[in-house]
Amino acid sequence: MIKFDKVSKWYGAFQVLTDCSLQVEKGEVIVVCGPSGSGKSTLIKCVNALESYQSGSLTVENIEVGAARTDQRKLRQRIGMVFQNFELYPHLNVLDNLRLAQMKVLGRDGKTAADVAVRLLERVGMQSHQAKFPGQLSGGQQQRVAIARALVMDPVAMLFDEPTSALDPEMVSEVLDVMAQLAQQGMTMMCVTHEMGFARRVADRIVFMDAGSIVEAAPAEIFFNAPQSRRARDFLSMILPR
Amino acid sequence: MNYQWQWSVLIREPYLGWLLDGIKWTFAISVMAYAIALVLGTAIGAARTLRNSRLRQAAAVYVSLLRSVPLLVQLFLWYFVVPEVLPEPASHWLKRELANPEYWTTAVGLGLFMSARIAEQIRAAINASGAGPGNAARAQGMSTAQIYRHVLLPIGFRHALPTLTSELLNTVKNSSLALTIGMLELTGQSRQVEAYTFKGIETFTASTAIYILMSLAVIFASRHLERALEIPGMLSSRQKD
Amino acid sequence: MDFDIDVIARNFSLLAEGMLTTLRLTSLALLFGLAWGTLLTLGRLAPGRFLPALAALYVNGIRAVPLIMVIFWIYFLLPVLSGAQIGAFYSALVAFVLFEGAYFSEIIRAGIKSISQGQLRAALSTGMTYLQGMRYVILPQAFRKMAPVLLTQSIALFQDTSLVYVVGLMDFMTASAMVASRDGRLVELYSFAALVYLVISLAATFVVRRMEQKFKA
Repeated sequence: MIKFDKVSKWYGAFQVLTDCSLQVEKGEVIVVCGPSGSGKSTLIKCVNALESYQSGSLTVENIEVGAARTDQRKLRQRIGMVFQNFELYPHLNVLDNLRLAQMKVLGRDGKTAADVAVRLLERVGMQSHQAKFPGQLSGGQQQRVAIARALVMDPVAMLFDEPTSALDPEMVSEVLDVMAQLAQQGMTMMCVTHEMGFARRVADRIVFMDAGSIVEAAPAEIFFNAPQSRRARDFLSMILPR
Repeated sequence: MNYQWQWSVLIREPYLGWLLDGIKWTFAISVMAYAIALVLGTAIGAARTLRNSRLRQAAAVYVSLLRSVPLLVQLFLWYFVVPEVLPEPASHWLKRELANPEYWTTAVGLGLFMSARIAEQIRAAINASGAGPGNAARAQGMSTAQIYRHVLLPIGFRHALPTLTSELLNTVKNSSLALTIGMLELTGQSRQVEAYTFKGIETFTASTAIYILMSLAVIFASRHLERALEIPGMLSSRQKD
Repeated sequence: MDFDIDVIARNFSLLAEGMLTTLRLTSLALLFGLAWGTLLTLGRLAPGRFLPALAALYVNGIRAVPLIMVIFWIYFLLPVLSGAQIGAFYSALVAFVLFEGAYFSEIIRAGIKSISQGQLRAALSTGMTYLQGMRYVILPQAFRKMAPVLLTQSIALFQDTSLVYVVGLMDFMTASAMVASRDGRLVELYSFAALVYLVISLAATFVVRRMEQKFKA
């Protein structure tokens, strides 16, 4: 469904992504990990055209993301994204946060949008907080709402950019549980995260990046038990509990 | 001190009428100028946060120009220079047909001047508070216009509210420059009364008091507006967990 | 429409003298305005209730009134109240110092507040008095932080000096206006005046930007 073929990206003279190739099948859950600055966030932001790439090919459902002809807005409607800092709309309550894009982008009427919103809030366990504003919610609650906000658009794939990195430790699991459920229900997901426990449990494949290139991409079991590359081994030894 | 105090001059006609007239014009100029400034300033300020570099640069030039020339000079340009250099039909209309040119010159000139200042406040507010939610809106497929209308501007306005209030106060104070082109607002009329009665201290005390009262009224109204627009948890420290 | 640029060349010395007055006024107002502003801020941060309240009253009061009004007060009314005759230049200077001082005070106050409380406590704990702590520890740091904002306000002050037109002080603005009406060349003179202010302000703003970047580095 998502296919990277030798994708490279430069910020001026600095190369951020180098010849990244990866194929993500429908229903697959990919975890992208690696040290800071390895380009993990940039990689997934290319999928919904929040970042551009200069060479190579990136297709989503066979549509070339970077092509001039491609309607990027339409593409973004089909892909959901969850951000590290939640980025809920602070001036709207939870329900309206979920209804806004439905009404303005998908053209749904207010009632339908509300129904879909409530349904998805139930799915993430936040339906009783409909009337509250983001500023009144905890981090974990906000992130769950953010996941619901992405889901109301009926996306074919979901991108997660370090969804739990900004959360206090006690709230991390409530968000990871929602993500695990989503994976179980067959959503195609690409997650950038440091949560290796989650990766081990839920991911189909782990993609390890370092300095802008994909160093290793292997099924979760193989990656954690017998990583092929030395850099991946070093990374795992530093990040996993002893 | 050789001064004959005479406070009654303030309530004697025609001086009272003059002062009231002055208040009326201060009010009229300020409201019109601020309305122009708010609408134009928001548009320009938003333009300065756009990705499209041509619009953004044009907006930056606009702000730069308007903030680098004193307001007095700008008023003179509008009043004396523009009617002369415009092509014929416009030039004639400005010079002959327009009713109350001093009022319109001041309102438009002041409005444009203040719009540059408001543009800067809006730009700062959007940059400070809107980047994240704006990105989220983009990720959901909203168009640029939708992102500004539904996310960036509502958030930016709430952040900019205190500074927008002080710009209204500045507009009221700057309306006093109208006297230089013969439009007698409050300060101009005070000077006029002083010139006729030689009771400067009484007159200026009165008009100073009126300006202070106007400032207090604006601040009071804006506190109410802030409270009305308040979103729980946004900006304020009144967070409920 | 005939455009007579020569009128500027013919009156150059008059305009130049006006600009000299403008620059003199600006620099003196800047110097004394900063000093007065610093005193006001110290007053607002002083212990007790009377001094801070008085300073706050002054700052908020003067900021509620137009600059032209302050100029009129000093120019027309100070002589009446005090019996002394002050010329236009010095009335204007006093007016500007009183007015802009309040704005500088607000900027300095924000700068001081942005320096952590711990710094002052550290100074006091070594035995310095409040004033010594301010002078040697807090103010130097605050000024460095606030320098760009203070400079921007100075550019605003430079532009504000054009208002001395209302009392006929022969600065650059008044000189331009005088030549304009005397020779009937409003378009040329006012455009020229705008250009001069524009160039000076833009140049000054450019310098401030460069300074900001240097401080960040």
